[in-house]
Amino acid sequence: MGGQTLYDKLWDAHVVRDNGDGTALLYIDRQLVHEVTSPQAFEGLRLADRPLWRVAANLAVVDHNVPTTDRDQGIADPISALQVDTLTKNCQAYGITQFGLLDRRQGIVHIIGPEQGATQPGMTVVCGDSHTSTHGAFGALAFGIGTSEVEHALATQTVVQARSKRMLVRVDGKTGPGVTAKDIMLAIIGKIGTAGGTGYAVEYGGEAIRALPMSGRMTICNMSIEAGARCGMVGVDETTIEYLRDRPYAPKGEHWDQAVDYWRSLVSDTDAEFDRVVTLDAATIKPQVSWGTSPEMVVDVDGVVPDPAAEPDETKRAGMQRALEYMGLTPGTRIRDIAPEKIFIGSCTNSRIEDLRAAAQVLRGKHIAKGIREAMVVPGSGLIKWQAEKEGLAQVFKEAGFEWRDAGCSMCLGMNPDRLSPGERCASTSNRNFEGRQGAGGRTHLVSPEMAAAAAVAGHFVDVRELES
Amino acid sequence: MSMEPIRQVDGLVAPLDRSNVDTDAIIPKQFLKSIHRTGFGPNLFDELRYLDAGEPGQDCAKRPLNPDFVLNQPRYQGATILLARENFGCGSSREHAPWALADYGFRVLIAPSFADIFYNNCSKNGILPISLNAQIVDALFAATQSTEGYRLHVDLAKQVVSTPDGSEYPFDIDPHRKHMLLEGLDEIGLTLGHADAIRAYEQQRRQVTPWLFEDLDMA
Repeated sequence: MGGQTLYDKLWDAHVVRDNGDGTALLYIDRQLVHEVTSPQAFEGLRLADRPLWRVAANLAVVDHNVPTTDRDQGIADPISALQVDTLTKNCQAYGITQFGLLDRRQGIVHIIGPEQGATQPGMTVVCGDSHTSTHGAFGALAFGIGTSEVEHALATQTVVQARSKRMLVRVDGKTGPGVTAKDIMLAIIGKIGTAGGTGYAVEYGGEAIRALPMSGRMTICNMSIEAGARCGMVGVDETTIEYLRDRPYAPKGEHWDQAVDYWRSLVSDTDAEFDRVVTLDAATIKPQVSWGTSPEMVVDVDGVVPDPAAEPDETKRAGMQRALEYMGLTPGTRIRDIAPEKIFIGSCTNSRIEDLRAAAQVLRGKHIAKGIREAMVVPGSGLIKWQAEKEGLAQVFKEAGFEWRDAGCSMCLGMNPDRLSPGERCASTSNRNFEGRQGAGGRTHLVSPEMAAAAAVAGHFVDVRELES
Repeated sequence: MSMEPIRQVDGLVAPLDRSNVDTDAIIPKQFLKSIHRTGFGPNLFDELRYLDAGEPGQDCAKRPLNPDFVLNQPRYQGATILLARENFGCGSSREHAPWALADYGFRVLIAPSFADIFYNNCSKNGILPISLNAQIVDALFAATQSTEGYRLHVDLAKQVVSTPDGSEYPFDIDPHRKHMLLEGLDEIGLTLGHADAIRAYEQQRRQVTPWLFEDLDMA
């Protein structure tokens, strides 16, 4: 008999009951809750008079709607304010721990789970948010769910799931200087497509993934959903374990030793078989820039905007044509000739302290170009913000002409006041370049924090590797 | 919550001819601020459907419609079946997307493929997503566009889509989802019927991985 993949191990450890119809009842160790996808779930519980199954398995935070300036004055938009208040009231009524707007631990739900040690290897983690795949970086089975499933998990500590197929994405070799986890992931999505991972649980492996710190692994797993996969994961190693040591919610004392022993088993067996294996050579990956309105529409920084005429598939060709019109670009334009007007460094993809350090490194002693209308940094959590201020990074950003904001989802999706105006072009470290994602009519180019910082200084996209040499 | 059962749908078909339609397009972010499950229909495909900027609380009946958007064409008014291209519903997990589709009146979606989370969310809200192969979907697009008032008949129990000319296209659906949709069942109620199994699982896991049962608020 062949060995087991990490996914198989995680799945088998959480099956409460095989429903006998292709689905299983899967136990949920941790549910993360935010204000946007939970109010209807709590309302459903109330209407059916159902209690929570295990209150202490849940952790809540406000992130999507929150302003990133003048927090002490509350939320100006009454509809946003009501949604945020509703979460607080629900958490109070049911006894769920919540990090509120003025709590230093507040931040983006996928940042604070790992930061607090609430995300651990071997767990099943769910949240009403597609970027829950982030937590798979810890050797956890983590996936986004809809609000009906949020309610189901609150009431039963389980979700009904069908088993996924297994894919291994192996990135062999070493990346060159200036090439980040974001570039690796955009290259993967460019290769397998935005639906390439649909129906699969994806495990990332190979030398280039192993070499990444947890921040980079989270960036990779975070964007699994942009390749269509509900969950992405990386096997446990010393990097994982060291990250978790002494985190507030990490196991302590005897439990820590027991946990670490167990965590070390959370890797795919060497003879495990996958349904699909995709390989990339890290040495060939260059800094990436998306040009279109789907994360698969991505090219190397030294490339050009592609020509739809060269695309044989009719539906794809039409999609490319529409994307070019929306983005205001013409085929053959060099990526380095594209000039963003706004810069956004933030989101659950790239707002960790490592991301801020990398961007600040590019910005040190420099200033944003004249054509840049607004550049902002939105740290992933209050604790990251505090850390960055302690390290002097905040000063670097401010001196370079960036706005230094409070933590939240911000302009990744623009539910709060931070958004693009129609036609505005943005170099963004976020995860989605869909039409209207960052604001109606807004044009998003997905890049790494280093590349966003470099574009801010130059006023157009540049190859960050040239700055470093 | 229990949902409206879905057994047979005989309905007008509307074609949305673009691939990778994401949930941001289905229901833009500003409408996710609602704390209710209903009322999203007028803002379905908001940015494609209207010429002005959509904000919560507007009277959508007074907004300027985009005449080029397919759902605004008179011939597709009252459609209950949406024909779409591959990877429909990709992106965000927002269940507001199927809420908006259902509130607008769609009961069946037909496409070559759907994004996983969206597919799952549909079936929890009385919407039947049907995957048919790309050639069949091409043929249905051609028929819908060339024949005004083109209708399809969908029989979930038999797992068949029938065309007016008598062609029948079988489709797959997992038995669990089929059962839930046919009966309009409350899934939480069903799961709570297995409460003993959940308790037994927890007891066994407490022995093996006790740290997973530490209370978060105790730290």
